[in-house]
Amino acid sequence: MRVVISFLAGSLFGIGLLISGMTDTTKVQGWLDMFGQWDPTLAFVMAGAILPMLVAWRLTSNRRPLTGGRFPQKAAPELDRQLIFGSVLFGLGWGLVGLCPGPALASLGYGGVGGIVFLIAMIVGMVAAPTLGAQLDRAANAA
Amino acid sequence: MQPEWIWGLGGGLLIGLSAALYLLGNGRIMGASGILGGLVDGSDRSLERLAFLAGLIGVPLLLRPLLLPAAQTHLTGNITLVIIAGLLVGLGTRIANGCTSGHGVCGISRFSLRGIVATIVYIMAGIATVALLRHVWGLI
Repeated sequence: MRVVISFLAGSLFGIGLLISGMTDTTKVQGWLDMFGQWDPTLAFVMAGAILPMLVAWRLTSNRRPLTGGRFPQKAAPELDRQLIFGSVLFGLGWGLVGLCPGPALASLGYGGVGGIVFLIAMIVGMVAAPTLGAQLDRAANAA
Repeated sequence: MQPEWIWGLGGGLLIGLSAALYLLGNGRIMGASGILGGLVDGSDRSLERLAFLAGLIGVPLLLRPLLLPAAQTHLTGNITLVIIAGLLVGLGTRIANGCTSGHGVCGISRFSLRGIVATIVYIMAGIATVALLRHVWGLI
């Protein structure tokens, strides 16, 4: 059952990313281009995506997930270096070519060689991340 | 052809519904970088995650000819930029523990301080990158 739900969620996510324009790097960079020809489309994507989740989070109170277990606890409202530093790196990469992880996967089948190269580089980055994150903490603590 | 914001809103609603299904069904936060990251670094190689990826990659490939045959990624042909961007996105999303789906969609809708701050930071970094590379250096 969990596997079926995962497959359905992944499929729906992929279709949503495709038709919303999130897999089109021109649109993503156009939305980030505040100082040029700004394309507002992504604001609608974000608003559309947050609406069902506002309802979903409300439905989680005093309930359990359909397949059992527990809902994930809300993280403590604490900010740390890793959250900020990681988000800066992510934003730099996102702005550079206009792809983030979800759309990179959703467009893999039709995004050509460039899309495959992006995915491989992203996976290398993901595997290297714990090492770099730990080094960052050591460096900051030593400073 | 309808205005593009309708496609954006409709696609966005589907993204939100998929995250709601994943949360209410499996009790998990739908974050693309977390799901892929756990698979590739070996911290969680479950069949559920593979099934999620199979749907995410396979279904747009199969349905694109019916839904939006003209859809393209328009990814830059500059392969050096693509590699640098991929490395930064992979590193950044794992160090920050989330991306547009996890921190953005799931975090903001839960009013999570970490999700909201992460989203503001990566959007600002993205805006600064496009401003510099497009309007100052003319690279993209």
